[in-house]
Amino acid sequence: MSPIRAIGDLFRYIGSMGFFIRDTLRWLFTRKRDFASLIREMVFIGVDNLVLVSLICFFLGIIIAFQTAYQLQMFNSEIQLAPLVAMSLVRELGPVIGALIVAARTGASITAGIGSMKISEQIDALEAFGVEPIDYLVVPKFISLIVCMPILIIYADCLGIFGGYIVGALKFGIPYKLYFRMTFDALTLRDILSGLAKSTAFGCVIAFVSCYEGFRPFSSIDVSKSVTLSVVRSFIFIIICDCLLTAIFYFSWT
Amino acid sequence: MIRIRNVFRSFGDKEVLKGVTLTVARGESALLIGRSGAGKTVFLKNVIGLLRPDSGTIRIDGVDITQLNKKQLEKVRLQFGLVFQGSALFDFLTIEENVGFFLHQHTKMSRLEIRKKVTDTLAMVGLKSIEDLHPYELSGGMRKRVAIARAIIYKPKILIYDEPTTGIDPIAVDKIVSLIDDLHKRLAITSLIVTHDLEVGLKIADHFAFLLGGKVIFEGDRNALDNTDDSRLIQFLKGSSGGPIEEMEV
Repeated sequence: MSPIRAIGDLFRYIGSMGFFIRDTLRWLFTRKRDFASLIREMVFIGVDNLVLVSLICFFLGIIIAFQTAYQLQMFNSEIQLAPLVAMSLVRELGPVIGALIVAARTGASITAGIGSMKISEQIDALEAFGVEPIDYLVVPKFISLIVCMPILIIYADCLGIFGGYIVGALKFGIPYKLYFRMTFDALTLRDILSGLAKSTAFGCVIAFVSCYEGFRPFSSIDVSKSVTLSVVRSFIFIIICDCLLTAIFYFSWT
Repeated sequence: MIRIRNVFRSFGDKEVLKGVTLTVARGESALLIGRSGAGKTVFLKNVIGLLRPDSGTIRIDGVDITQLNKKQLEKVRLQFGLVFQGSALFDFLTIEENVGFFLHQHTKMSRLEIRKKVTDTLAMVGLKSIEDLHPYELSGGMRKRVAIARAIIYKPKILIYDEPTTGIDPIAVDKIVSLIDDLHKRLAITSLIVTHDLEVGLKIADHFAFLLGGKVIFEGDRNALDNTDDSRLIQFLKGSSGGPIEEMEV
């Protein structure tokens, strides 16, 4: 592919994604939502990801603790393990790793679901029955993702911190009261807010990318391509978004 | 009444509809026949406003829907009941939710009232006690009938069938054909059936049109169809592989 064509495709993608975001936000406030369908989406996005997020973040906490302890031992400062694990998780790794898990699992599933509806004419059927597909399919997923992501990330952070405590307690004999006191003393409101803001932003990214890619297939082969693109693009946009937000928080709060 | 004049529709460089003209009178049962891939589904999607024609007019009871905005179009679209080629039932909803979908979305009827109406409509298409099942638990023929029930539950003025008998066994085909015929007579609505299955069409329709090369090259009643001298239509009616249609495509 020539670079000019690639740039053209990129601008086309950004443009049509912009219209898609505009339409989603416009439909967000146009009518009362069906509470039952929102709950169904939240269960799918939040509850169904709990086990995977729990496992990964718990082990992530252990890994961070070991890696940090390795350095801290050189300065006899193992006690600093607690704040370092907490800050790495709350500010950065919890939201990013959590978002990547949700993008890979839920985002892919959303794209496949909408994509298969598209090729089996179910999207046309919605329109034929006077229902706007973005309103019916995208908005509930968008709301559920921005509500569930921060909750899921707080939960992931807690498990990661607990994973770090296991290392602190078993390897260095840090008492649990001291470990958790140092954790909470180190964490500022700024750290927690930046983590929550990131997780909400990542929820938006996953919702927009996965739903948008779902509307693109024209055949069953396109569905598998769309799912791959959805995951890859979500990952890229999550990292770009993380970079931007980290820079914004750094410059605005220092 | 549906009055379509000179409708053109392309996808990129591919011109699918090249000036389609067709009239379906109120209460008529019209059949649009044509080869697979002739653009019949594209034509239908233009008629109900799911696709916009590049040019031409589509008048539904005198209103040109090509000039309407999205909101106005949605209102006109509610006059149609559409039975999709692959049924297009919503996988994530039960049969009750599928059939009652329109009522859930556009009326203030209670769940109980909708359930009763769904049960009655399912009975009309010869189905019972399947309200709590999901589409994937039904056979192809049953899914078609559920799709018909979903399309007629809100009593549309015009019922459109896209390949209503594709992919189902001959016995189910016969049941669907009888059902379409019966509903047309009972509900006294305008029906537009699009199919490549001529045998099926001949049993239900009283007005016929033949789509070939992006244009309607024949339009008339059963008598005109039987007495046509158009060699392309005769070839299609006979189902022979050699003839002017093949030559045209070459």
